[in-house]
Amino acid sequence: MTVKKTPLYDEHVKLGGKVVDYAGWYLPVQYEGLIPEHEAVRNAAGLFDVSHMGGIVVKGKDALAYLQYLLTNDIASIDDNQVIYTMMCYPDGGVVDDFLVYKYDNEEYLLVVNAANTDKDFKWMIDHKKDFNIIIENKSDQIAIIAIQGPESEGILQKLTDTDLSKMKPFHFDKDVVVSGVECMVSRTGYTGENGYELYLATEDAVEVWNALLEAGKDEGIKPTGLGCRDTLRFEAGMPLYGNEISKEITPLEGGLKFFVKLDKEEDYIGKEALNKQWDEGLKRKVAAFELKGRGIPRAGYKVQKDGAEIGHVTTGYMSPTLKKSLGVALIKTEETELGNEIDIVIRNKPVKAVIIKRRFL
Amino acid sequence: MKVVKGLFYTEDHEWLKSEGDEAYIGLSDYAQDALGDIVYVDLPEVDDEFDKEEGFAAVESVKAAADVYMPAGGTVTAVNEDLFDNPELVNEDPYENWLVKIEVADKAELDELMTSEEYEKFLDEEV
Repeated sequence: MTVKKTPLYDEHVKLGGKVVDYAGWYLPVQYEGLIPEHEAVRNAAGLFDVSHMGGIVVKGKDALAYLQYLLTNDIASIDDNQVIYTMMCYPDGGVVDDFLVYKYDNEEYLLVVNAANTDKDFKWMIDHKKDFNIIIENKSDQIAIIAIQGPESEGILQKLTDTDLSKMKPFHFDKDVVVSGVECMVSRTGYTGENGYELYLATEDAVEVWNALLEAGKDEGIKPTGLGCRDTLRFEAGMPLYGNEISKEITPLEGGLKFFVKLDKEEDYIGKEALNKQWDEGLKRKVAAFELKGRGIPRAGYKVQKDGAEIGHVTTGYMSPTLKKSLGVALIKTEETELGNEIDIVIRNKPVKAVIIKRRFL
Repeated sequence: MKVVKGLFYTEDHEWLKSEGDEAYIGLSDYAQDALGDIVYVDLPEVDDEFDKEEGFAAVESVKAAADVYMPAGGTVTAVNEDLFDNPELVNEDPYENWLVKIEVADKAELDELMTSEEYEKFLDEEV
């Protein structure tokens, strides 16, 4: 498989980005350094190229009915120009993918999916199209996405547009925003736990808008920010990553995402029965947050023990750049997830003490 | 990348500075740069014994953990405890901020390591 370049590839190289193959795309892990970039997003603003993410459009008379059948959240609950987070599950409750759904109207939606899952999702959607009167289009290669995130992001973006951003509520979007002379769709969404916006635009306009934002945010301290801090930021904000906290093997209920699974949704949907059954029977394991008390850094995949017996594994762990503590999330036996419970994280074959804490790290 | 003359180097980017029967061991400039901002250093204890090429320490950045291997076998006589509170010292000056000091078991093993000239060539050609 050839690795793809986003329209901003040359900019990443010019800015000194450490470019790697991520989910089949050349993207920067970092430019100046993960920690200064992480801090820029928490304290000022960061600019991410997230053009690798997939964009799948569902349109037609049955668009809403189809999405209600396919997805775990209640897609009927949102208005036009609103965004909702949802899971797409297998019949056994495992997760195909998690993503945002943008509602243009009852007959047209945009799904913004994980890059690594785009082809799998598209195939899954086609395979479950049934007799719904809809068209499914994979527009991933035609859309560039730029995310500006951080407390200064509204002020910086406002300098480049006449649209009044203060009127845009979280999880809403405007299809017709002109940014630096370029037509964009702008949503107040992100993956960092900070206020921020995501700009959807034609690939050929990406460089113009990227550079205009970097220039406009100079005084506020905007920095180009890479994939490295994207993950530490989302982790600190308590957000899941597909493949870590949820996956084909880990259901959204186990992943702590019950709020986005409407167990009593009127319509039948793929996974509904299995998820209801799992919930009614009680979860045997679920994710819980912990703080390491001994020295070391918990990493995804490390084993978790209680009194020497294995009880699960770490799904994500870091030395938190904001809190300067070793924090993690682990998928462990439900009876061990009580706040204050002491567990051991096995780091290089040695058990290191940790204690269960609330998932709200920040 | 900075390479200091007079030290020995490995293909895993450790350096060794020989002083009589003892030697200081650290990470090369290339290694610290590849890891990025170092936030944690895990070191062995004094009197721990290691064979050549055995993992004896771990250095971690936010994103990654890397094992550090012994350039030569020996017994640890000192560890650089400054790195526990200030792991970023390895980024700031990787040649000044050694990880451990060892008593070298067999000095003949040093002959198998690269000189600074050979390591510079290795960086140019192999990396």
